[in-house]
Amino acid sequence: MSPITIVLIVLVAFLAGMEGILDEFEFHQPLVACTLIGLVSGHLQEGILLGGSLQLMALGWANIGAAVAPDAALASVASAIIMVLALDGGTADPQTAISTSIAVAVPLSVAGLFLTMIVRTIAIPMVHAMDAAAEKANFKAIDGLQIAAILLQGVRIAVPAAALCFVPADVVTNALNSMPAWLTEGMAIGGGMVAAVGYAMVINMMATKEVWPFFVLGFVLAALSELTLIALGALGVSLALIYLGLKELAKQGGGAAGSGDPLGDILNDYE
Amino acid sequence: MITVADKIELTKSDRMAVAWRHQFLQGSWNYERMQNGGWCYAMIPAIKKLYSSQEEQAAALKRHLEFYNTQPYVSAPVLGVTLALEEDRANGAPVEDAAIQGVKVGMMGPLAGVGDPVFWFTARPILGALGASLALSGNIAGPILFFVAWNIIRMAFLWYTQEFGYKVGTQITNDLGGGMLGKITEGASILGMFIIGALVERWVSISFVPVVSQVQQADGAFIDWSALPAGADGIKEALTQFNSIGATALDPIKVTTLQDNLDALIPGLAAVGLTLLCCSLLKKKVSPIIIILALFVVGVVGHVIGLM
Repeated sequence: MSPITIVLIVLVAFLAGMEGILDEFEFHQPLVACTLIGLVSGHLQEGILLGGSLQLMALGWANIGAAVAPDAALASVASAIIMVLALDGGTADPQTAISTSIAVAVPLSVAGLFLTMIVRTIAIPMVHAMDAAAEKANFKAIDGLQIAAILLQGVRIAVPAAALCFVPADVVTNALNSMPAWLTEGMAIGGGMVAAVGYAMVINMMATKEVWPFFVLGFVLAALSELTLIALGALGVSLALIYLGLKELAKQGGGAAGSGDPLGDILNDYE
Repeated sequence: MITVADKIELTKSDRMAVAWRHQFLQGSWNYERMQNGGWCYAMIPAIKKLYSSQEEQAAALKRHLEFYNTQPYVSAPVLGVTLALEEDRANGAPVEDAAIQGVKVGMMGPLAGVGDPVFWFTARPILGALGASLALSGNIAGPILFFVAWNIIRMAFLWYTQEFGYKVGTQITNDLGGGMLGKITEGASILGMFIIGALVERWVSISFVPVVSQVQQADGAFIDWSALPAGADGIKEALTQFNSIGATALDPIKVTTLQDNLDALIPGLAAVGLTLLCCSLLKKKVSPIIIILALFVVGVVGHVIGLM
């Protein structure tokens, strides 16, 4: 990799690291981070493909309360760098490079989680320093500490990313090429199933007896390949509005018989 | 007495400065008081404007370094209300420290209960899946759509709900008890569950390869390749037959795999089974990482023994 490429990759890693905690601009989402690394390293197409695949795995990864989810920032940045190294080293098949990088991403997301916990612990003395600064109404010091804490989260990803950039490309390529086909194909199959875990996390957060039927509806309707995701989204919004509206009606309308709305009365009788 | 002329007011640009800084709320997230540093950082432009003496400023800063944690976007209306309270206080209204802390703590819990399902479990998975489905065909529009749409929604939400909180002030806390928040959460859950159901069918891929049966098809149920006319006419004839019969027309022997049988029940049955299994494992406190690694192992082993 050229020095400029390395600098740009580290920059993307830095942005992803900051976003991993801020959760605002979403630079750390695989779709964005992998595409950017693909862009700066001249492998845009493969970066987009990797980002799309990883994004599907990471859909349910979210920081809730004090809990930390598997770290999307390190997973997307590091696996994109590994993919770029493999491609630069001349791996014949981009698909192999992509699917192997996805498999590598999972242990990395755990490693990233520990790094996040470390930085979140380091932040404790930093807010104590903010307390001291508040005592003297020192605005500048508080600003500085807040910015330093954010930068520290960027460094968390930028340092491992920079280290990875200096791994010789042929080492990665040889490692990939020496993997037997049954292993890479098997991992690709495993990767196809992994998305289920992300969905399961989302379902466990939202599921109540009331909303399970909507899951079934979505599942059955998705088999119609004419329905795009946008169409499904429109259906989902409509169902939610209809359901909430009817529920509201049911609450108000206990004794609404003979309300001057014959059709409505008939429909009510059917309930 | 305070006359109208003496009243210190937060201008729109003050409020915008606060909204901008509020985007960095989680920057100093720590295990002790969580988002307190970022919250104080966001309040600084307002504190500077509202209080002039060093003692008042120091007191205000300390007041806003107390424990705080919520979903970072629904924090915006809380910030708006807090700005309104601080403004009243700076103008001499008897707003106690406890009142400000009470509003923050009282709002952050219920709002996080709305923000997490709406943003993390509905909006982001839907936009992410939409972008990813485009990206999987190598289309740059996927990541761009995700990034642009997300940030427009987010910034609009942060600004308008902060303004809303600022305008209605403490009235908003009365609203929290009402049904509005509950309805938003419920609506988001319905939409989310519907979309997740669809995504499971579309994106969880399991394919069982073992062959269940091989049947010799009757004449006319497959394309008789040797009897086709020569040249372009032959291609046309073959395509016509393929169109009317379907994929089974290609071979005289109809091969049915285990997957075909499962799909004949409901397409994606295996995918939904796997998802529900993951749900129950997660409920039993099995770590998601363990499940993910196990799935890779299952994939490799399943492939080696010829099951997948």
